[in-house]
Amino acid sequence: MSSPLSRLAAHSRGLLAGAALVAFAGLAAPALAETPADTLVIANSIDDIKTFDPAQSFEWAGQDGINNMYQKLIGLDPKTLELAPGVAKEWSVADDGVTYTFKIDTSLKFASGNPVRPEDVVWSLRRVVKLDKTPSFIITQFGLTKDNIDTAVTVAGDDAVKIVTDKPYAPSFFYNALTAEVGSIVDEKAAMEHEENGDMANGWLATHSAGSGPYMLKGWKPNESVLLDANPNWKGDLAMKRVYVRHVAEPATQRLLLEKGDIDIARNLTPEDVSAIESNDQLKVLTEQRGRIYYLAATQVYEPLKNEKVVEAIKYLIDYQGMADTIVKGQVAVHQTLLPKGFLGAIDAEPYKLDVEKAKELLKEAGYPDGFEVELLVRNEKIRTDIAQALQATLGQAGIKANIRTATGSEVLSAYRARKTQLTLEVWGPDYPDPNTNASVFAANPDNSEEAQLTGNLSWRIAYPATETTPMVEAAVVEKDTDKRKQMYADIQKINMEKSPFAYMFQIQEQDGAAKGVENFSMGGAVSSAFYWPVTKSAQ
Amino acid sequence: MSEQRESAPVHGDLTEAGAGGGLMLPRVFRHIGNTGLSLVITLFGLLLVTFVIGRLVPVDPVLSVVGERATQEQYETAARAMGLDKPIPEQFAIYVNSVAHGDFGHSNLTARPVVEDLADAFPATLELATLATILGVLFGVPAGVVSAVNQGRWPDQVLRFVGLLGYSMPVFWLGLIALLVFYGQLEWVGGPGRLDTSYELSYEFDVTRHTGSILIDSALSGAWDVLFNALTHIVLPVVVLGYFSLAYISRMTRSFMLEQLGQEYVTTARVKGVPEWRVVWVHALGNAAVPLITVIVLSYAALLEGSVLTETVFAWPGLGLYITKALFAADLNAVLGGTVVIGVVFVCLNLLSDLLYVAVDPRAR
Amino acid sequence: MTTVENTSKGGLGAWLKTDTPTSRFHARCISIWNAWADLSGNFLAMVGLAIIIALILMAIFAPWLATANPNIQHLGDRLQPPGWQGHLLGTDELGRDIWSRIVFGARVTLYIVGLVAVTAPVFGLIIGAVAGTIGGWTDRLLMRLTDIFLAFPRLILALAFVAALGPGIVNAVLAIALTAWPPYARVARAETLTVRRSDYIAAARLQGASTLRIIIGHIMPMCVSSLIIRVTLDMAGIILTAAGLGFLGLGAQPPLAEWGAMISTGRQYLLSHWWVATIPGLAILTVSLGFNLLGDGLRDVLDPRGNRQ
Repeated sequence: MSSPLSRLAAHSRGLLAGAALVAFAGLAAPALAETPADTLVIANSIDDIKTFDPAQSFEWAGQDGINNMYQKLIGLDPKTLELAPGVAKEWSVADDGVTYTFKIDTSLKFASGNPVRPEDVVWSLRRVVKLDKTPSFIITQFGLTKDNIDTAVTVAGDDAVKIVTDKPYAPSFFYNALTAEVGSIVDEKAAMEHEENGDMANGWLATHSAGSGPYMLKGWKPNESVLLDANPNWKGDLAMKRVYVRHVAEPATQRLLLEKGDIDIARNLTPEDVSAIESNDQLKVLTEQRGRIYYLAATQVYEPLKNEKVVEAIKYLIDYQGMADTIVKGQVAVHQTLLPKGFLGAIDAEPYKLDVEKAKELLKEAGYPDGFEVELLVRNEKIRTDIAQALQATLGQAGIKANIRTATGSEVLSAYRARKTQLTLEVWGPDYPDPNTNASVFAANPDNSEEAQLTGNLSWRIAYPATETTPMVEAAVVEKDTDKRKQMYADIQKINMEKSPFAYMFQIQEQDGAAKGVENFSMGGAVSSAFYWPVTKSAQ
Repeated sequence: MSEQRESAPVHGDLTEAGAGGGLMLPRVFRHIGNTGLSLVITLFGLLLVTFVIGRLVPVDPVLSVVGERATQEQYETAARAMGLDKPIPEQFAIYVNSVAHGDFGHSNLTARPVVEDLADAFPATLELATLATILGVLFGVPAGVVSAVNQGRWPDQVLRFVGLLGYSMPVFWLGLIALLVFYGQLEWVGGPGRLDTSYELSYEFDVTRHTGSILIDSALSGAWDVLFNALTHIVLPVVVLGYFSLAYISRMTRSFMLEQLGQEYVTTARVKGVPEWRVVWVHALGNAAVPLITVIVLSYAALLEGSVLTETVFAWPGLGLYITKALFAADLNAVLGGTVVIGVVFVCLNLLSDLLYVAVDPRAR
Repeated sequence: MTTVENTSKGGLGAWLKTDTPTSRFHARCISIWNAWADLSGNFLAMVGLAIIIALILMAIFAPWLATANPNIQHLGDRLQPPGWQGHLLGTDELGRDIWSRIVFGARVTLYIVGLVAVTAPVFGLIIGAVAGTIGGWTDRLLMRLTDIFLAFPRLILALAFVAALGPGIVNAVLAIALTAWPPYARVARAETLTVRRSDYIAAARLQGASTLRIIIGHIMPMCVSSLIIRVTLDMAGIILTAAGLGFLGLGAQPPLAEWGAMISTGRQYLLSHWWVATIPGLAILTVSLGFNLLGDGLRDVLDPRGNRQ
């Protein structure tokens, strides 16, 4: 197939040969490139993608792709981020509080041309539970297990699906969880043609898509690019027939590419790049509050950190506003609770600020008037090492000598999961758009014993028993009254903020650079992944 | 990297053995046989060392597959699937056995067969290294000769200084500055990566893959605009690497030429009235060519092994970058596969330099 | 020095310039003096030497030369240009004084170079001397090992070691040393082979000296001088490798001022605040150029290949 792209950029075709060309290429200034009118070109850091199988993918960049290739049972409106019809056009819960019925929109078609059937829905959800990959807990937390899944999720007539949970949860909790990427509905017929050794097409779906979403996966070159093409059976309008996501690790390079017109959107920029883009009248800056939270975790294994007063002192030794105004300017908002803004029940409370005197007082009360030495483990990324150095400086003002140790992401994670950290600077992103996603890891710890190995739970990782809030979190997920539920989360946040060994610092604000003509791009706010399909581009 | 190899086979056994003249061919075959054996031993050693280091790296390969939220059971399932529950010697035996059967396994990072990854990464490095070496030879050899002829005078001082400057340059820094100036400010060349985004798509669809090299494939397909764009992208990394290669080659050329110019035969030729340019460029350089070829081939080998830093700065998806990334994700199959490629390249180029050596060495004729 | 005074009748200069050395030591002093005389005539080599001396002085007097504490942050004054409010070379992304960080960074650079220079050659010397002296299977085994390490790309091998050992300046030094020894082993072996059959080794053997004693007492000292030349020539390479590790985030840990790491963090600001990455780059360039100039001059003076009429 012939691409229109190269035709647009009018390059001289008269070529000099070989080495001469290498020498002279410098003299022939290439014309400014321009992206094709029907293609959205995005620069992003996408080297974390390992698979595009929705039952397995759990990385930011992979989820962005899946969100645009698959529909879930319940979707999210790209503008309001409220629940919206997906594969199901209606949904309801019976009076027993455990039986949910979803009416399927059978007029929908997969990219293969196959119609969307209730059988596909049932197969997709059972598949998540049976494959038991990392994100499966989002579905299994409703009491769905390998043993009961075949009876709990069933076809109910020609156009409906019935799901039975193990106890009556807050319906909002269940619906919200279904909007996560893991709940994507996969084309059973198309996928199962490629099943190998009973893997339910897990291998094939890693590099192919079989969804009913607006796009389909045309190509994925690991560490290089992802190419999405329009799904011919998508009924909505689609101005962008193609989405090309290019892996560009360096923010400065992303900015250069944007300035040169090589890309439409740059997704990883530093504050300096952002301010340069703001002053460029060909470009604009898009800002959205995302769900990720920066926090400092004090593991309750290292002696000084076990002292509540010490932890409180640390919370007063963070220059929240100072950092937010400088090294991470514009990219974060000071945020001191476990729930990001944009989530049900999130409260606005910022009781902590840098107060060295108060911290010294607290350290004295705790029995550490001269401070102590502690290791600060941090992932080897520019922004995190910057924050770590700023933390090191302010902690030092009260005598706490923090030694920074940097390591790769998975090395930090290994230590964190094994309770082998002291202080560690971490980032947490919600898994599905419901407050339980964060409350269940920051404020609930069902079993703090070493043997429990609840390695996915952040409280367990820092050996924080969360005695007071654990029952509150459990109560909140079964509260049907949304207003009451909201209040419960407010209470959990207040207690957790004051007493937990988590010092929440910032909520991420993503700042993307974009060409002036790009409209309606949504990064997915605090609760979701990016939406490409509403995007339009106008010539400038 | 390559400096330590300068003395490798230069004064080795071939020189003495080569005096026999007519015996050249069988000797070459015997040499290839020996090289085959040494290739196997070197590769095995490389794999063993890499495997041990790979297992020592405190990065958990399972975690980089299952991610942050995995439960303990999911973690253990994945570890079993990756064969990590077996004792390390057994893991190594299994690996060597499957390599012997041509299976290099899958990469954890890309979920693709390692061979496919390497087939993408190696041509990218090959393009870069080849052009850089051509540049280095084209400018480095004449510079070295001129330098030697004018030893101690200003052309020598200037050329040596320019060469040493290249030799002292942190390539990653030079690359950054070059990008800033020639791409960012002057817009003379393409940016990081192998193509502009728009041409990447066109390469994807209009160009048939024969070799994996964008330059060659696009020329074969007649996609001249893609070729041109690829050239604007490769210029900068080639010049940066080429400068380094040039510095090395000119330095060695100078040293070899000085040695030759001090020989008896040069004086004899001069006395006989042979023109000076002939003495220098034909007689002396002809003799200096013997060790020089080794130097050039080995510096080529060093570039082929991947220049992690240059590839990082120019976002060049080559071998060095691939291995480095794999290393930090404890993606052992990928690291080992990349190491095998490097080992083969190194041994083969060594062999090539030996063969060229026999072919060129006047004493061997 | 006492020897010098005792033997010198016409002053030190005459003693060094005489054609008739009176002792082995005297002969060696004369040859060193001659080499120095040649070297000091080489302008570029002298420039190199000056740079290195400047580096050493900078490292020694860092606390006096620096205008500020290299680790003190002023977040409000970040990324200021050179000359701004007494910041000679401006400030970095955390508002630290770049000049002071460069000055203290000289210590880190010297530390790395010094440590590698005393470890890698020693290791290579041991391997090479043992292989050359004992010969046979030991030789083959050790040289095969050397070849295997030579077949690795040096930076990738160093990366692998640092990955295994964990990042940090000492580990970076260790990793560089572990990858830098093979060439020294080769040189040492070659030297050993030339002296192995000499008369005085045979004499030592006849006197019943053990192999170990011969290696340590007789062979190794003979290899030292060629190794020293080699090390000087390799210094620049060591600096660049260390900077490369720092650039990849594997060398010195923050907030320690290391030039490679300074480039790495500064590259994000290259477009708008060029000085943050450019200045440490110039520092690395200057120092490694210094070592190269001196090394090149030394090679010219000492390399028997160069024709010096």
